[in-house]
Amino acid sequence: SPSWSGLNTNRKMRADGDDSLYPIAVLIDELRNEDVQLRLNSIKKLSTIALALGVERTRTELLPFLTDTIYDEDEVLLALAEQLGNFTMLVGGPEYVHCLLPPLESLATVEETVVRDKAVESLRKISQEHSPVDLEVHFEPLVKRLASGDWFTSRTSACGLFSVCYPRVSSTVKAEIRQHFRTLCSDDTPMVRRAAASKLGEFAKVLELDYVKSDIISLFTALASDEQDSVRLLAVEACVSIATLLPQEDLETLVMPTLRQAAEDKSWRVRYMVADKFSELQKAVGPEITKNDLVPAFQNLLKDCEAEVRAAAANKVKEFCENLPEDNREQIIMTHILPCVKELVSDTNQHVKSALASVIMGLSTILGKDNTIEHLLPLFLAQLKDECPEVRLNIISNLDCVNEVIGIRQLSQSLLPAIVELAEDAKWRVRLAIIEYMPLLAGQLGVEFFDEKLNTLCMAWLIDHVYAIREAATCNLMKLVEKFGADWAQNTIVPKVLGMANDPNYLHRMTTLFCINALSDVCGRDITTKQMLPVVLKMSEDQVANVRFNVAKSLQKIGPVLEKITLQNQVKPVLDKLATDKDMDVKYFAHEALSGECLPYEYS
Amino acid sequence: MLRQRQTHGGQNDIKRGKNVSMETDIISTVEFNSSGELLATGDKGGRVVVFQREQESKSQPQRRGEYNVYSTFQSHEPEFDYLKSLEIEEKINKIKWLPQQNAAYFLLSTNDKTVKLWKISERDKRPEGYNLKDEDGRIRDPSTITSLRVPVLQPMDLMVEATARRVFSNAHTYHINSISVNSDLQTYISTDDLRVNLWNLEITDRSFNIVDIKPANMEELTEVITSAEFHPQHCHTFAYSSSKGSIRLCDMRQAALCDKHCKYFEEPEDPSTRSFFSEIISSISDVKFSHNGRYLMTRDYLTVKVWDLQMENKPLETYQVHDYLRGKLCSLYENDCIFDKFECVWNGSDSVIMTGSYNNFFRMFDRNTKRDVTLEASRENSKPRAILKPRKVCVGGKRRKDEISVDSLDFSKKILHTTWHPQENIIAVAATNNLYIFQDKVN
Repeated sequence: SPSWSGLNTNRKMRADGDDSLYPIAVLIDELRNEDVQLRLNSIKKLSTIALALGVERTRTELLPFLTDTIYDEDEVLLALAEQLGNFTMLVGGPEYVHCLLPPLESLATVEETVVRDKAVESLRKISQEHSPVDLEVHFEPLVKRLASGDWFTSRTSACGLFSVCYPRVSSTVKAEIRQHFRTLCSDDTPMVRRAAASKLGEFAKVLELDYVKSDIISLFTALASDEQDSVRLLAVEACVSIATLLPQEDLETLVMPTLRQAAEDKSWRVRYMVADKFSELQKAVGPEITKNDLVPAFQNLLKDCEAEVRAAAANKVKEFCENLPEDNREQIIMTHILPCVKELVSDTNQHVKSALASVIMGLSTILGKDNTIEHLLPLFLAQLKDECPEVRLNIISNLDCVNEVIGIRQLSQSLLPAIVELAEDAKWRVRLAIIEYMPLLAGQLGVEFFDEKLNTLCMAWLIDHVYAIREAATCNLMKLVEKFGADWAQNTIVPKVLGMANDPNYLHRMTTLFCINALSDVCGRDITTKQMLPVVLKMSEDQVANVRFNVAKSLQKIGPVLEKITLQNQVKPVLDKLATDKDMDVKYFAHEALSGECLPYEYS
Repeated sequence: MLRQRQTHGGQNDIKRGKNVSMETDIISTVEFNSSGELLATGDKGGRVVVFQREQESKSQPQRRGEYNVYSTFQSHEPEFDYLKSLEIEEKINKIKWLPQQNAAYFLLSTNDKTVKLWKISERDKRPEGYNLKDEDGRIRDPSTITSLRVPVLQPMDLMVEATARRVFSNAHTYHINSISVNSDLQTYISTDDLRVNLWNLEITDRSFNIVDIKPANMEELTEVITSAEFHPQHCHTFAYSSSKGSIRLCDMRQAALCDKHCKYFEEPEDPSTRSFFSEIISSISDVKFSHNGRYLMTRDYLTVKVWDLQMENKPLETYQVHDYLRGKLCSLYENDCIFDKFECVWNGSDSVIMTGSYNNFFRMFDRNTKRDVTLEASRENSKPRAILKPRKVCVGGKRRKDEISVDSLDFSKKILHTTWHPQENIIAVAATNNLYIFQDKVN
């Protein structure tokens, strides 16, 4: 068969052929293999192929072939586009870097956005390796070709290339580039206008300030009032960069009318974008405009009729307040922002409330102790009692901010019922989430409060009917011991955990073993040897096979914590006995433990 | 005046010498692309056939404009939902073309549950030359490999490939009845009996539910969504029709969820004509925006209506499609024909509308002259380039020559799906398993 002859010749080749050529020959052939993985593999080793071919053949043969190979799968094209960005030395250095333009140009026109974006990224990279002359002779014409291409895929790609050539070309070419960009900003297809809008800020950054004021502002204004929502919302992003570039005195006339219009746009998606970019906008326009314009705009966004917008704005409450000018920050928050925040606490939409809950605690550091106690505490308490578990969880997960300002005791009265309720929530994912905050809470509430109020909960999770909860509860115990120490463990949780070894339910008996697995290390040799080990060994006689093989697993797990003599005298006999168990699985895990890497060699 | 251009399909009958056509060959949707150069059909067997218009050629001027098969591919396969013990048919419910973005063409096709984005592209070059094989495919002796060969692309016969680029699944509990691409060319909606979902064309693992009319208790269900379409220019506006004969216009700018409509089009019922069948025949089977975006057209069982977007309380125009069936509703109910879903289309300038009927008849209404015509799509009566004769149906009494009696109409021959070239007067009409293409008389 052909495959055998292949093998034979393979061997023969090693004897008298050129060893170094064969693997390259395979790679080249596999560029067109039917199996996409092999093609991908070859493309990823394109530099090896190019190195073997030499710069001349790479330029004259490999690149022309690659230029026309745009029929392939996305992942292959994506890898190709990435490779070509690092190919300059392989085609002969910066002098020849323009040879890479044709394949990247064809990749910049494919329909798949990720591939196009990668091709543009590589083009941007290699543009830096062009000499100023080559940039005008080779690169800039490519940008023009793409910009005036028939299909919008090529025109969208062009949008990302203007900013890299502009700083390095003559003023005549600069004027042409500005004209091309202007044309694309009013392209017929929304795709191209979106691409132009998303690159507007970046292009503005490389333009001379006069052109920013004359050209960019008019394009920005036009895009910000485009008929397509998806274009207008991208202009909001550009607004940040443009505002950063302009001197303060021009902002009012050149940027603010557009920004005000965007904050009140008919489409919620545009207002959402404003809310989402609010902190950036705030920094870009500076303190004065923030006080006069952004504060009322922010109030409106917090009261928006669309919940998505309110949620986005609620997410920004802390950051916005933090960045307010310090001289009258407190006054602005107290008179303008806090009233809106109070309303959001009882919003009809749970996403809004939970967005607020994730940041509201941060206000306490800004407002200080007295304001927190008087104004914020009632809101925290209300949110701790919210019907939606996510809201309560978000408050609990951010307790540390309040702890620093007023101490957590102020909250403990309401905190406890909230925690208990979450701990018993019917949805296991909610229970899981609260378990994950337990170590944090324990740290903040202190050991006495914990013992008194929360210990019982932590133990109750060990017998939850959902395995994921029992597992998390085990892990939680370990973290608590890390926090409170081995002595605490010995007095509070170890007796309870070991007590479960006699539970009639075998699942609970297994939980004992899982806990021991997790705790032996943090509790140390003494507790493990004296208290835990006897229980584990006794459980090797359990009537349920699952328990017995978990004993074997546990012994393997806690082995490293024990002394050699203990292993030899107590553990090994039990494992030997389990190794002759009638149950297959028990035998298997006993053997595993006996030959396990973590056990000393005496075992085997 | 319309001339017969071409007939496609039905080959199965001829080859097998049978009268009955294959059920899977029945055309279930037909759609021109935005330039009119391509025409796609979907069928009950889950296949999509794309036809391409012949370019002008000096040697065969008569072939100019003929549509020939360009690509055929299996878009959907029959599936089984094991959780619900439901068969999912492969039948293509709708096809929508995307505006052309590069040398390839893209279309969305959907069955009851899954929407797919297909790319149809041409390949005319093939790489040649291997290192480890010779021209005939024999393995070369590696000891003879003393230099490396880079493959070279050589011209080859044109090959048209269809590849599934995206599969949008798991978003519909009920049957998808329509899909519509937004003018932002970034999103589209898919609509089932109770919900409208909004998708990004590039993202398959997430869609947004924007309309949901499912009542908490399904026993309270009184209305289902029958069709939905985006406004041709306003990216934020879409309309959906209901089984109760109303159309709702929604503005996506107002809120993320469009359960509240911004306009509600409905004609008050005439109590004098009320009957057992009123509700069934008022159900809207198709809704289409005019190309200029000013009007909406809806099709119910007996009429086509044109609505002005500025006037919600009554249609601007109402055209009777086959009013002679009003007396036969009882038997049409019994043979289930009353539930047939007829579609309707605008011509390129929005001045003429077209919709189907029974007996392979289809109707055209000129909105300016108020003239209407009934034409027949059939293999028997039409030779290529023959001029279609208008047909007339008579009700009772004396039957004139060339007229056909309402009692002899064949209700199994229905024209549900038609499409009109976006600029020219070329129409494609699907009559069960045959596709007819007609063109306005050219000088």
